[in-house]
Amino acid sequence: MSEHRIELTVNGHRHAALVEARTSLGEFLREELGYTGTHLACEHGVCGACTVMVDGVAMRSCLMLAVQANGGAVTTVEGLAEPDGTLHPVQQALKDNFGLQCGFCTPGVAITMAAVTRENEGAGAGQIEKALTAAMSGHICRCTGYQGIRRAIRQLAGATT
Amino acid sequence: MNIHAKSVGAVRYVGSRQPRKEDGRLLTGRGQFTDDIRLPGMLHIAYVRSAAARGRIVSIDMDAAREMPGVHAIYTQADLAAVPVAMQTFFFTPIEAPVTLLADGRVACVGDPIAMVIADSRALAEDAASLVEVVIEEETPVVTIADAKTGPLVHPDRDDNISAEMGDEDTREAIQPLLDGCAHVVSTRIRHQRIAQSPMEGRACVASPEGAGEMTVWIGCQSPHLAARYIALVLGLPAEALRVIAKDVGGGFGLKNIPWREEVAVIVAAKLLGRPLKWIEDRFEALTASSHARDQDVSLTVGFDGEGHLQAAWCDYACNNGAWPMGEDANIAVHMFMWPAYKLPAYGFVTRGWYTNTMGLGAYRGPWAMESLVRETLLDKAARKIGIDPVELRRRNLVYLTDQPHTSTLGIPVTDITPGECLEKLVASIDLAAFRKEQVEARKQGRYLGIGIATYIEPTGAAGSMAPMTGETVHLRIEPTGKVVAMLSTHSQGHGTATTMAQVIAQQLGVAYEDVAVYEGDSAIGAFSPGAAGSRQGVIAGGATWRAAEMLADKVKVVAAHLSNASVEAITIQGGMVHVAGAPEMTRSLREIAEIAYGEPGRLPEGAATGLEAQYRYQPPPMTMTSAAHCCMVEVDAETGFVKILRWISSEDCGTVINPGVVEGQIAGGLAQAIGQVLLEDMPYDARGNPLAPTFKDYLMPAISDVPDFEYLHASTPSQTIGGMRGVGEGGCIIGPPTLVNAIADALSPFGEIEELVLPLTPARVLDVIEGRDISGTRAHLEGGASAAVEAVLPVEVAAPAAAGGIDGDWNMILKTPMGPQVMVAHFDTDGSAVSGYLEAPEGRQDFAGGTLSGRQVKFEMKVEKPMKITLKYDLLFDGDSMSGKCKMGMFGSAKVSGERA
Repeated sequence: MSEHRIELTVNGHRHAALVEARTSLGEFLREELGYTGTHLACEHGVCGACTVMVDGVAMRSCLMLAVQANGGAVTTVEGLAEPDGTLHPVQQALKDNFGLQCGFCTPGVAITMAAVTRENEGAGAGQIEKALTAAMSGHICRCTGYQGIRRAIRQLAGATT
Repeated sequence: MNIHAKSVGAVRYVGSRQPRKEDGRLLTGRGQFTDDIRLPGMLHIAYVRSAAARGRIVSIDMDAAREMPGVHAIYTQADLAAVPVAMQTFFFTPIEAPVTLLADGRVACVGDPIAMVIADSRALAEDAASLVEVVIEEETPVVTIADAKTGPLVHPDRDDNISAEMGDEDTREAIQPLLDGCAHVVSTRIRHQRIAQSPMEGRACVASPEGAGEMTVWIGCQSPHLAARYIALVLGLPAEALRVIAKDVGGGFGLKNIPWREEVAVIVAAKLLGRPLKWIEDRFEALTASSHARDQDVSLTVGFDGEGHLQAAWCDYACNNGAWPMGEDANIAVHMFMWPAYKLPAYGFVTRGWYTNTMGLGAYRGPWAMESLVRETLLDKAARKIGIDPVELRRRNLVYLTDQPHTSTLGIPVTDITPGECLEKLVASIDLAAFRKEQVEARKQGRYLGIGIATYIEPTGAAGSMAPMTGETVHLRIEPTGKVVAMLSTHSQGHGTATTMAQVIAQQLGVAYEDVAVYEGDSAIGAFSPGAAGSRQGVIAGGATWRAAEMLADKVKVVAAHLSNASVEAITIQGGMVHVAGAPEMTRSLREIAEIAYGEPGRLPEGAATGLEAQYRYQPPPMTMTSAAHCCMVEVDAETGFVKILRWISSEDCGTVINPGVVEGQIAGGLAQAIGQVLLEDMPYDARGNPLAPTFKDYLMPAISDVPDFEYLHASTPSQTIGGMRGVGEGGCIIGPPTLVNAIADALSPFGEIEELVLPLTPARVLDVIEGRDISGTRAHLEGGASAAVEAVLPVEVAAPAAAGGIDGDWNMILKTPMGPQVMVAHFDTDGSAVSGYLEAPEGRQDFAGGTLSGRQVKFEMKVEKPMKITLKYDLLFDGDSMSGKCKMGMFGSAKVSGERA
């Protein structure tokens, strides 16, 4: 296997590593760097659990290779809250609305919601709700029936207008 | 004693939407799932699996894989056999199929594990696994229930492909005259597709041998205690001290009730290799090689009188058990719980499980849910046929509180159910007349609206009647810091038990919710319980914490009263402060009391134990019933067959609601799975036994766009348990499917009936009804494909020699009960045509007399007291040194008997 040297930041921290070309970004984050908050649930790009932000854009880390993130800035679920522990608004909204149960799909859900709320900053409540709901159709949750996720979306849409 | 009124603290935490204690770590990526465990020297496992559904393993070539750098070992069953393993069911009874951890000479389904590769990383293990060459002499597989009836034996050493059988064909003749006398007779048939449980975290196991004396296992499970007991039993109680840890588990839904072949193989391999090993199931394996669920074919016929009153019913149930079920299952619970909520005078059934060359059957949320689906969809069909409103039809037949106590046709006592009351509450909340009017108007415009209603009851919180279903222990203490710590054997795969248990403790003890810490998920704390299984934790662990908190509060009061020279009755605890009535200056914090209780024994009342601790094990009533009625409204697009759910209202009675957010979360999750079962999910097999939905692109999980907003009504009638809770974990997945099917059938009624319900109701299958022809190809498939690939095997005529040597003496006999096979010694003494003797099992010996011998046939009866009073009627046929026959077991139907001369 060919190995490549990559450099990237994860949640603001600089990392350098030698990785095999075939190693997915998700596997690299978990196995090499210890960011185990990113969960691999289907490893074929359908369920969304492994979603991380790369340069501000939500990406499926099971479909992206670690070498493709070279030079990039990655945000995982560990990097969403403030350093003092204050939850990111999407984390708070999920908590307020029973938006999670087992928590396995939750890191991907939270990352996508964070990316989409940022992309739609300043937009109207209707637009934010629509964008978040559309984005959530790319995430599978087996526990909640999406009720709390939908309430969290409404809370976020209301809070940012 | 009114157990509900006794409240110690002033704050009512029970009933409030407290934020979940689990969320802090799960939202910030700090959960601890099995794949997050990494140990020094840990190696990784990948399985080599069978690509053939049935056949003999000719060779396994491992040379190329072994030569790969980073590969440490490749084990086959020949290697693992060094550690004896006898797999068991969830009920701790033996698996009857000859199951081994890895395939032993033959494969019986696609996905059968053949070899395990152990390497430095998962990627290397997978690389090496792909280099293992397995040659299989393939045979034509038995795939469907129809195949199983006529095809070759799935397990060559067994008599037939029936894995389990209860009930009695004879009851058909007994019920038929009653049906013949009915004004209306309605029949239905349902073919329920195969479901892949699909928790978002697949199965996972890390096993770490720690010297010769200890083994720690991290595993995706539903109870670390049950997993530890199961592992110890199947390994024959190994010498190691076994500890099982499962802090966070990404969903279970019944699949993770017990560790199965792959997880046990990891533990055995860790023992052999002496290294920590990890196996993480990938999604392809999770979908095709984890145990599946449902896959049933059910026919029900019900007779009504002219006014729509139930008169008699007969059911024929069959379930595809696959090759290696986690327990051979004829699903007797379907029949036990089909009618207790309804006044039905006569019921008969035959129920069978069938072995096939497909992945084995496992549990899935409400494993007996077919009872509600087949009954409630038939009732709606009957309502249309009789010309009566479906709500009114249920009103005429449901067992209301005023009808109780009531005993069901199969002898189940009903004293505490409210399905009728839930229905009335539901109906009062919706304007049915307005909907019907809107429906008529919509049809004029070519829009097809439908409304579906269903009612059900559910046994929850079972304890004391089945080996694994037990009470719950809580160990509760107030630390010297004044903080409260609870050690429980509950387990959350999303259930939020740390939250709900803390709410109960905080309220009953009189402390802040934030000051209660709950520890669970580790077999080293708490005591045996099956964790999340059978909708039981809120009921039983809730009752245990409720009482333990009261006991601990009483202890605090005794100490505080002594310190204050006051009476115990004068002491109250609120917000973590201990008050003395009429003496506010004597208020102390719990911390002050705790410091004295731990550190200054001289200041305690004479004889009082030091510290502030309480331990309580709660044994609840044997069963606690939950009831519900649901309503769903849909619009069916007649052009596309697409079903849109417009509204869904749940009216449930789960007794005391500890946390509405958690309760509603359980209902919603179950309903989403119900929607998946009715509209989307399917794990079909082709004629060669290949599973056809190996990815989430093929196996359609419900997404946010498939699930509507749910509305909830809570009846909250306290149960007879401490705290008054009733279970709620499985209900949505039981009552959801008939509610949705009924709504779709109502919408389609202008076009005709769904004569035979084949799930899922894909748009093409909905169009079958709308256009009155086989657009989906379902009929052609069912009628053409069933046994096309199978060579029919004619039953072999066995010559019938006389019972050589007579029947007198000892026989080793096996009775196949619903709880698994029971082994016993039968002794017979004949005197002419009179037969007497005894049956002897480990539990004891019981004599019988008055039996009869007629040719080679022996009949005798025996009355037993446990598990309930029933008369067992044996009917046995002797053939040389072997015998076979059946035993009628009252409401449990008939069980197979087989035996050999001792």
